[in-house]
Amino acid sequence: MPLDERSTDASEHAGPTSIDTEEESDSGNHSRVDKNNNKGEKQRPPLPPRPKAGLLQSDASPNSPQSVKGLRPSLQSKPTTALSSVDIQTLSFPDGSRGTFSTPGSRLVSESVMGLSTGTSTPSGKASRAGIDMDDTTSLISYAPTLRGNGDLESLLDSGLDSPSPAWKLLSTQSEAANPFESFEYEGPSLHSFDKEFDEIEAVDTKRGNEEELLIQWKSKLKHYIILSSAGKPIYSRHGDQNLINGYIGIIQTIISFFESAKDPLLGFTAGNTRFVVVTQGPLYLFAISKLKETDAQLRAQLDALYMQILSTLTLSNLTHLFTNRPNTDLRRPLEGTETLLSSLSDTFTKGSASSLLSALECLKIRKTQRYVINNTMLKARTPNLLYGLIVAGGRLVSVARPKRHSLHPGDLQLIFNMLFEAGSVKAGGGENWIPLCLPGFNNRGYLYMYVSFISARENAENVAERPSTASSVSQEDEIAILLISAEKESFFELKEMRDDIVEQLEKNGSMDIIKKAVRVGRSSATEMVPGTPLRHFLYKSRANVQFTMPSFSPDFGSALARRKLMNLYHALHASAHAKHAHTKVIHCISTDSVSLVWTTASFEFYCIAGPNTSRAALAQGANKIIQWVKREEERLFIIGGAVF
Amino acid sequence: MADSTPKPSSSVKLVLLGEAAVGKSSLVLRFVNNDFQENKEPTIGAAFLTQKCNLPTRTIKFEIWDTAGQERFASLAPMYYRNAQSALVVYDLTKPTSLIKAKHWVAELQRQASPGIVIALVGNKLDLTNEAGASNSLGDDAESDAADGEDVDGDARKVSTAEAQSYAEEEGLLFFETSAKLGTNVTEVFTAIANAIPETSLKGIRGPGAAAAPARTEDPSRVNLTGPRDSASKEGCAC
Repeated sequence: MPLDERSTDASEHAGPTSIDTEEESDSGNHSRVDKNNNKGEKQRPPLPPRPKAGLLQSDASPNSPQSVKGLRPSLQSKPTTALSSVDIQTLSFPDGSRGTFSTPGSRLVSESVMGLSTGTSTPSGKASRAGIDMDDTTSLISYAPTLRGNGDLESLLDSGLDSPSPAWKLLSTQSEAANPFESFEYEGPSLHSFDKEFDEIEAVDTKRGNEEELLIQWKSKLKHYIILSSAGKPIYSRHGDQNLINGYIGIIQTIISFFESAKDPLLGFTAGNTRFVVVTQGPLYLFAISKLKETDAQLRAQLDALYMQILSTLTLSNLTHLFTNRPNTDLRRPLEGTETLLSSLSDTFTKGSASSLLSALECLKIRKTQRYVINNTMLKARTPNLLYGLIVAGGRLVSVARPKRHSLHPGDLQLIFNMLFEAGSVKAGGGENWIPLCLPGFNNRGYLYMYVSFISARENAENVAERPSTASSVSQEDEIAILLISAEKESFFELKEMRDDIVEQLEKNGSMDIIKKAVRVGRSSATEMVPGTPLRHFLYKSRANVQFTMPSFSPDFGSALARRKLMNLYHALHASAHAKHAHTKVIHCISTDSVSLVWTTASFEFYCIAGPNTSRAALAQGANKIIQWVKREEERLFIIGGAVF
Repeated sequence: MADSTPKPSSSVKLVLLGEAAVGKSSLVLRFVNNDFQENKEPTIGAAFLTQKCNLPTRTIKFEIWDTAGQERFASLAPMYYRNAQSALVVYDLTKPTSLIKAKHWVAELQRQASPGIVIALVGNKLDLTNEAGASNSLGDDAESDAADGEDVDGDARKVSTAEAQSYAEEEGLLFFETSAKLGTNVTEVFTAIANAIPETSLKGIRGPGAAAAPARTEDPSRVNLTGPRDSASKEGCAC
C-alpha cells in the first residue's frame, strides 16, 4: 500500500552534513570531503563518478516512492488528484515504540518526486498521505477477519520484524479494506506478473495464428526496451520477435521522427500507468517502456547503458561510419550475437540493481592488509602491455591495477561485469578468453582486448586453474575472474603468463584462499553487522570512492520479487534524493509496510529500510550505527586507491 | 601444463573457423570436457583451450583457438590462424550458406595461413538428420532424438555428404560429419588431425620445410567416413 503516510523531514537529521551536494562530486574536490571521510582518502579516488544522466523530468507519471507492497491486487489509495493531506499523529504503543498515523489534514502534497523531496514538513507534523482516506471513525474491530487476508501477497516487510502493535495492524487492514472495488491504476505496478517477466515470447507462427495471444503476453511485460535506427529499422527488442513488434516499431519511429523534425525532441510520455522514455543517440532511437514506476532519469540511465553496450561492440567510429555510408543500415547484423548481452543488461535493470542505480561498484570485503598483498601481487606480475588488471570475485571487485592517469569508468565496468557474470557466454565455454571490446567511458573510438580467466572458488585451485568448470552448476557467485585489459591485440600470451604468475603468487601467499573464503561467506546481513539493528537492508555509497556496500538480500529479500520491491523503494528514494532542486539531506518515508530513510552528505549516500513500525528515533539510531560501522570497516569494504602504477 | 607422459609430446596449434552458430564451441566443449550445452550463447572474441590427445606413438597437446563466427570478428581471424598447424572449418549441415562460408575460410587459409596447415572440414549437427543413429553406436541417443522430431522423416539435412565430401577431396581436406550433441565423430576429428600433422612440424619448425609433407596418407576417410557415408548414400538421394 504505497505511501499511506509519508513525512519528509529535512531538518531533523541534518546535523552532520556540512555540504549538500546534488551532483556527484568529481575526483577533484577532495577539499569538500567532510569529516566523515577523513582517513586515507586523500589520494585520487580510483573510479571517476559517472556523469549524471539528464535531469529529472517533472512528469505526470507515478514515480513517487512506492512501498514494496505494491503487489496487492486491490489497491485502495486514491489517485493523485484525490490526495488529501493529513496530520500525523503519534501513538505510543505498549511495547514502547511509537507509530505515526495520519488524520485528514489541510495541506496538499504532490505525489510526484519533486513533491516528495521538496515537501518537507516540520517535525511537529504534517505529512502527505496518499491512502487511508477512509473515515477514521470507522470501527476497527469490524475489519479484524481480514487481518492477514493477503495470503502470499502480504507484506514482505511486516513479517519477522518487531511485530506491529494490534492497533497498527488494524489500521493498515482497515486501509486495505476501505474500498475493495476500486483499483487505482497509478497505484503500485502490478508486480504479480513479475515472475513471468523474463519468460520468452515464442515466435509468431502465422499458421497457428498465435499472434493475438502473443501480443497479450507481450503487453503484459512490465518492461520493454526497444532500439531502432532513425530510419525505422529494428535493432533490438527485449521481448517479442520482429514479426510481432514490427508495427510498434513503425509507430515509435513515426512518433519520435515527428518530434525530431519539429526540432523539439520527444523525451517521454505517459499512457495510463506506463511511462515511455526516449533517448536519441545519433542514428539510434532507444525506447524504454516501464510499468515499474522508475523515473525518467533512471530509465534514461538504463537506455544509456544499452547504448554503451552497442558502442562497446562496435565503437562510435564504426557506428557513425555505418550510418554515414548507409543511413538505412540494418544494425542487427553487425551486432549479431550481442542480443544476449543487451538482454541480460535489460534484465538486470528490470530485476533491479543497486550497482546501476547508484552508478557505483561493490567490493569484496577483505582486510586492508590482505588487499594490500593482492594489490602488490598484481603490480609485481604486471607486464608492459597491461592497461587495467582486475580481480573480481562473486561479481565484486577484489583488486584493481591501473595506470596513474586512468581510472575505470563505472559504466564500463558494468558492461564488463554484465558480459562476464550475467550473460554467461564467456564463462560457458571454459578455457581462457580473449575479447575485443570498446570501453566507451575510456575511449569510445577504439578497441581494447580483455583477457579473462575464471577460477572456481569451490574446488581446489590446482585442477581448476587448468580447466575452469563449464558446468552451470557452479553459480556465478562462486566465480573468481582475473581480467587483464590491454590495448595491444597480440598480447594474449603475455597476459596469460601474467595471469599464471598472479595465480601462482596468490596461491603462495595465501591470498587465493582468503578470496575464496570471502566469496563463500558472502555478504553478511544487517543484523550481523550491527546486532539488533532495526534495519532490514541498506545501501551505503561512498561518493569519493564511487563504491557502495550493502548487506545480503536474504533472509528478507531473497526472492526476485521481494528484491524488485525493495529496489522499487530504493529507486523512489534515490529519485527523491536526487531531484534537481531538492537540496534534501534527509528523507524519512513511512508507509504501512516499511519505514525508510535517506541520508546524503558530501561523502556518502545512505538508504535504509526497516519494518513498518519502527520509530523514527530507532531508525535514526540504526542508521547511525550502520554508518559508524561502515566508517570503521571502510578500508575493508572499499578499495581505496588500489594498485596504481 | 608440464608434459608428464613418457611418450614424446608436442603442441599443436589448432584454430576453429566457421559461420556463427554452426557449433564450433560445442565441438570444442565436447572434445575438451565431454560436455554439451543446449542453446549455448555465442562466443565473444575467442576462447583459448588446451586438450591432450594420445596417439599410439606420441602425445599431442592441442592449443585450441575457438573463434567467434560473427562477421565483425572476421578481421581478427588472421591473428588466430597465423602459425596454426591445423584448422577445423565447421559448417552446419542443415544450413547450405554455412558451407559457402566454410569454403571461403578454406580459401583464405590456403592463401594466408602457414603452408602445410592441416585443414579439416566438419559438417556439424548430424543429430538433426535421421541418420544420426545409423552412423554410430549411440542408439539410445538417436532414438530419443528421433522421438523429439515430430515428423516421420525428421531430416533437416540440407547439405549432402557427397557434396561436401567431393569438395573436401578436391581441396585435400580431412572431412567429417559430426554431432557435438551426441558426441559422434568428435574425438575422431581431433585424432585424425593429430595423425595428419607432419612429424617435421612437430619439432617446432614451422615454415617452408614443413610445407609439403603430406602425412595425410593416413586416409581418414577409410577410418571415419564409412559410417556416415554409407548411411548417407541411402538417404542422400532423398534430399
